[in-house]
Amino acid sequence: MSVIKEIWQNLIEALENLGAVSRFFLRMFVATPAALLRFDLIAQQIFNSGALSLVIIMLAGLFVGMVLGLQGFTLLQRFGSEESLGVAAAIGLLKELGPVITALLFAGRAGTALASELGLMRATDQLSAMEMMAVDPIKRVVVPRFWGGVIAMPLLAAIFSLIGLYGAQLIGVQIMGVDSGSFWSQMRAGVSFSDINEGLVKSVIFGFACSLIAVYEGYYAVPTAAGVGRATTRTVVMSAVVILFFDYLLTAVFL
Amino acid sequence: MNTESPIIDIRGLGYSVSGRSIFADFDMQIFPGRVTAIMGPSGTGKTTLLRLITGQVRADSGSIEVAGANMRTLKRAGLYALRRRMGMLFQNGALLTDLSVFDNVAFPLREHTDLSARLIRQLVLTKLQAVGLRGAAALMPSELSGGMTRRVALARAIVMDPEILIYDEPFVGLDPISMGVILRLIRRLNDTLGLTSVVVSHDVQEISTVADQVFLLSGGHVVASGNPQEMRENPAEVVRQFVGGLADGPVPFHYPAPDYFSELLARGG
Repeated sequence: MSVIKEIWQNLIEALENLGAVSRFFLRMFVATPAALLRFDLIAQQIFNSGALSLVIIMLAGLFVGMVLGLQGFTLLQRFGSEESLGVAAAIGLLKELGPVITALLFAGRAGTALASELGLMRATDQLSAMEMMAVDPIKRVVVPRFWGGVIAMPLLAAIFSLIGLYGAQLIGVQIMGVDSGSFWSQMRAGVSFSDINEGLVKSVIFGFACSLIAVYEGYYAVPTAAGVGRATTRTVVMSAVVILFFDYLLTAVFL
Repeated sequence: MNTESPIIDIRGLGYSVSGRSIFADFDMQIFPGRVTAIMGPSGTGKTTLLRLITGQVRADSGSIEVAGANMRTLKRAGLYALRRRMGMLFQNGALLTDLSVFDNVAFPLREHTDLSARLIRQLVLTKLQAVGLRGAAALMPSELSGGMTRRVALARAIVMDPEILIYDEPFVGLDPISMGVILRLIRRLNDTLGLTSVVVSHDVQEISTVADQVFLLSGGHVVASGNPQEMRENPAEVVRQFVGGLADGPVPFHYPAPDYFSELLARGG
């Protein structure tokens, strides 16, 4: 009996959390038009979440592309179709690896930064101080960070895929000796607009999810050292689960 | 008695947190133009009272009127309009850590007004001059001492020319010199800007030197009130204990606990 009761309670708790997140999102949504008028605040956050994540995204993209080149080459060679390496790498990167790995890295690099920043602002009364100055912290602090993340994510994913392609080309063409012409021409022939579109939609949705989780966890962090720590941990864990879950869902939808 | 009407009028206030009653049938009137001190042992709800007055939390029953507005029924827009007429100094200053001293003081002006950069600069420098920190305008909050942080926060709190200025434990962790500076500022700002100041503190001697009116809170009630002189001469035991800083009295030294010996001798752990 107690197991059922516990599952029931967890279910209720999960639903309550979902409701709280939805309400929070609605408040952000209402505050969005006003925040868009002050685009300098959003631009600052695109820099914080996006530009400052560039190094890790580019490094990861390069290595993932190189692995893809190596693995793809050995696999395709068995069937004598190593010329298809270009299209295989491109499809893999654009549709799957680009959006997903970028989102996971984003959660770890920018998401945690957002959550801990907001949590510490809460803990040091900065958010309360804003409220006392009749400045809505949702409008002034949370919304620009949220949209900064949403805008930065697809840009980062695009950069990740691009660098990844370069990495795959580096291994496949430069080292393993795949013909450069067929590498690129097969890629051009095999990658359609819908593949790019799928990756774009995924990364936008991941951007929404990751940014929402990060600002929500940070904004409602328990204002103690342990509380802020828990908020950052939850940001990463929740983001990872949500990213992979949505990835499956979206892949199924696009098939 | 006072003939003027109070600017903060609390009547029959009831407030409880997760079933524990903090205030029950609580009354307090704060009059304009004065420095009012709210004192009391830790945990009597002084900070909670400030949060109720500023509308950060809502009362369960009774009425709180601040400058004619009922805090229990005020909507967010009304609350924000009212808060533009209030300034608050938080315990740790609560400066925005990603902005410089200048930008912190300019923050409310930039958020609420369309003043030119030149005018904002002049206003900010005037307020910083008033707290003696014009020279620190370019520093970041992390480069300030505790006393300086609070003075910057004070400059920020007065930059919108509020009618009511609220201080939450402004002396905690300050050295005697910084404390003296803040004390003088509280009095001076109150008189020169025509403010109403509400100071929550438990530094009895210090706050007595600047307050016009003192409320002593204990157990969710006002147990004594009057001017500092009257408080010093108040014969009530709880007042004597608090003003004299005595460990024993109506406010117990020990947190409620089971019998000492039987707990020491009990088995288990």
